[in-house]
Amino acid sequence: MSWVIDAQGLGKRYGKRWALNDCDLQIPSGHVVGLVGPNGAGKSTFLQLAVGLLAPSAGTIAVLGRGPAADVEQLARVGYVAQDTPTYARLSVEDHLRFGSQLNPIWDDAFARRRIKDLDLPVRQKAGSLSGGQRAQLALTVALAKRPELLILDEPVASLDPLARREFLQVLMEYVADEGVNVVLSSHLVADLERVCDYLVVLVDSRLQLAGEVDDLLGSHHRLVGPRRDPDSLPPGQEVIEERHTERQSTLVARCDGPVLDPAWTVEDLSLEDLVLAYMGHGAEARRARQNLEVVS
Amino acid sequence: MIAFSWRQFRTQAVIGLAGLVALAAVLLATGPNLVHIYDTAVAQCRSTGVRAGNCNNPASGTYPFLQTLALDLVLVVPLLVGMFWGAPLIARELETGTFRLAWTQSVTRRRWLAVKLGLVGLASAAVGGLLSLMVTWWFSPIDSINQNRFDPAAFGTHGFVAAGYALFAFALGATAGLLIRRTIPAMVVTLVGFIATRVLVTFGIRPHFMAPDTMTVSLQGGQGGLNITSTSAGVQVAGSPPTLPNAWALTGTIENNAGQGPSAAFLRHACPGLTNGAGFSGPASGVEQSVRGGTREAVPVPSRLPDPIQQCITGVASKYHEVVTYQPGSRFWAFQTYETLLFVALSIGLAGLCVWWVRHRLS
Amino acid sequence: MIEFHLDSRSGVSPYLQIVQQVRQALRLGLLRKGDQLPTVKEVVGQLAINPNTVLKAYRELEHEGLVSARPGVGTFVTGSLGGQSLAAHGPLRQALQRWIVKARRAGLDDESIEALFRDSFRSSAEEDIA
Repeated sequence: MSWVIDAQGLGKRYGKRWALNDCDLQIPSGHVVGLVGPNGAGKSTFLQLAVGLLAPSAGTIAVLGRGPAADVEQLARVGYVAQDTPTYARLSVEDHLRFGSQLNPIWDDAFARRRIKDLDLPVRQKAGSLSGGQRAQLALTVALAKRPELLILDEPVASLDPLARREFLQVLMEYVADEGVNVVLSSHLVADLERVCDYLVVLVDSRLQLAGEVDDLLGSHHRLVGPRRDPDSLPPGQEVIEERHTERQSTLVARCDGPVLDPAWTVEDLSLEDLVLAYMGHGAEARRARQNLEVVS
Repeated sequence: MIAFSWRQFRTQAVIGLAGLVALAAVLLATGPNLVHIYDTAVAQCRSTGVRAGNCNNPASGTYPFLQTLALDLVLVVPLLVGMFWGAPLIARELETGTFRLAWTQSVTRRRWLAVKLGLVGLASAAVGGLLSLMVTWWFSPIDSINQNRFDPAAFGTHGFVAAGYALFAFALGATAGLLIRRTIPAMVVTLVGFIATRVLVTFGIRPHFMAPDTMTVSLQGGQGGLNITSTSAGVQVAGSPPTLPNAWALTGTIENNAGQGPSAAFLRHACPGLTNGAGFSGPASGVEQSVRGGTREAVPVPSRLPDPIQQCITGVASKYHEVVTYQPGSRFWAFQTYETLLFVALSIGLAGLCVWWVRHRLS
Repeated sequence: MIEFHLDSRSGVSPYLQIVQQVRQALRLGLLRKGDQLPTVKEVVGQLAINPNTVLKAYRELEHEGLVSARPGVGTFVTGSLGGQSLAAHGPLRQALQRWIVKARRAGLDDESIEALFRDSFRSSAEEDIA
C-alpha cells in the first residue's frame, strides 16, 4: 500500500520547544484528510514539513513516496496553500496566473481562467485589494491549476466568513469529485472539516492523538452512560478516552473493539466534534501527566 | 522564472531607468556647452601665451549645482540600489510570507534565488556603470582642469567602478535581507556595511593594488608639501603628499640625501622666527591656504607667506627634499579595473553564501 | 431535478440523509422512473461534502434496487418503493391512531409517547438482528 504521507518519529524543534513531537502517521491515498487540533498543536508545522518548507529535527517524512521538495518533479506533484493564503499584494489576479504558468511545468491555464471567471474574480485587480475569500479562492486556483496529486491546505477557511467558507469548500469538493486528488486540510474547528473529510488526524500539544477513517472512528467510539463506575472495571478492548462522573452517574467516551454487551450502559453515537473534543481533553491530560513526571523526577 | 522575476522587479526598474534617462537628458543638454566654454578659454589662453597650467578656465566653475548633483548621485546611487533593490529582494518575501507561495511551485529555492539575484544584480551593475560613465563623460572638461580623478574623493565617482559598487551593495543588501529576514534592519545593515567596506577598500586596499612609484620633489619655491608646526616645545616639520596632476600622491617624507629627517637643532637654527612659540602650524606648500593654530588667517593663493615662515622653508629646502610615493596617472584605468573586480568578487562570494544559506539553513 | 439538503444537527449521517431524501422523493412522486439523479459533482458543488459520501449513498440506493448507475452518463431512477404509497396503508394508520388515543388516556404526554414508540421500535429492530 502506498502512503500519501508517511511520517516516522517525525519531530520539529525550535530551541528547546518541540513544535511537533514523535509523530508516527501513515495517511492512505484517496481521501480528504482533516488535520484538526487546537492552535499551536503542530498542524501548521506538520504541513510545512510535508511540503519541504521546514526540515525535520528528528525522524523522517515521505510524501507520495519521496522526500518533500526533493526536486522539481516532486514540487510539481504537491499543491500547497499556506495559512493566511499569502499572495503578492502588488500583483494582479492575472499576474498570479502567469506566475503559476511560468513556475510550473504542468499548468492548466484554461481551467484556471474558467475558475477565475466562474468566481467573478476581477482579473486586473491587485491581490492586495481582494477580500479574504477572494484571495483564498485565488490561492486555491493557483494550487489546483498545476494539477497536483496531493493538495495541502493550511487552515484555508479560518479567516473566511461563512459564505466564503462554503464557496471555498464547494469549489474544492467539485475538484475532488472530478480529479480524485488527495487532499489534506487543517483547521482548529471540527465543524469546518466535518462535511468534507473522510479521514481524520488529531494533533494535540505537538503529539498525534488519533488517526483513522471517519466512518471507522465513529463506529468504534461511543458514549457510554450508566451508573457510577470505576472505568478500570471495563473489560479489555474498551479504552476510556474521556470520563466524567457525578455521584450517581458515569459518562465515558470509549473506544470499543467490539460491541458493548453490558446492559447497564446506554450506548450512544458520537458526533465527530464530540470525538475530537474527547481526544483533545485526553491529550491535555497526558501533557499534565508528563509535566508532573518531569517535576517529580 | 525569469519572466516572473522581471514582473516583480518591473516597477523598480522603471524608476531607475527613468532617473537615468532624466539625468542623461540634462547632461546631454549641458555637456556640449561645457565643452564649448572650456575650448574657448583654452584657445584664448593659448593666444595670449599663458601656459595651460596657469590658465584660468571658467569651465571648472560652470553649472556648480549640476556638478555637485552628478557627483553626489554617483556616490549615492550604488548605496540606494543596495538598500532599495537588494535589501527587500528576499526579506520582503520572508516578511510577507509569499516565500511560502513561491517555494511550493515547481521551482527549487536555489533556482528561484539565483534568477532573482542574477537579474537584479545585472540591473544594479548596469545602473551603476552607466551612471558613472555618463557623469565621467560630462566631467571631462572639468577633469582636464582639476586633474584630480585619482584622488580618493573622486576615484569612486569616475570611470566605471561604480558598477562594482552597485553590484556589491545589491549583493550585501540581499544577503542581509536573507539572514535578518526583515527589510528595514537589512537596509540599515546595508548602509553601514557598504560605507565601511568602501572606506576600508579606499584607504586600506586600493593603495596596494600595485606597488607605488617614488619620486623626489624639491621643497624650493613652495613645491612639495611641507607642514611646519611650531609649539612651545620647538619646531617640527612633516611632509604631506603634494598635489600631482592626475596621479594619486600617497605619502611624503622630508629627507636629506642620506635619508634622514631634519633634527631639532637644525630646525632651531633654520627657523629662528618660529621658535618663540608663536604657535604657527600648518602646511607651507602653496596649495593649502588656511593657517591654523594661534590665530586663523585666510591666506589667498598665491601670495607671499610671512617672512619667518618663508625663511624657514628656504632653510629646510636647502638641505632637504621630499620623497613622494604615488600611483602614476597612467594606472588610473588599471586601478579602476582591479577595484571593480574586487567588488565583483565580493558580490559573487555573497551570492554564493545566499544560495547555500537558502538551501541549508532556512528551515 | 431533485436538490438535496443536509441537516448537520439531525444526528443522521450525511450519506443516510441523502438516501432518505431520495426515498422520500420517490414516495411523494417528486422522482419517477427514468429521472436522473444529480451528478456527484453537482451534489458536492452544492453541499460542499465529500464525494465519497454521495457515492456511498448512490451505491446504497443501487443496492436497494432503486437506482442504477450508467457509467459515463449518470445515475437514473429504476425502481419504486414497494409500489405502495402511504395512502395504501389505511388500516395500519387507523390502528396507530387508536393506539395513540389509548396512550393519551393512560396519561402519557407527547414526549413520552414518542419515547415509548422509539424504544419499542429500536428493541424490535435489535431483536430482528439478533
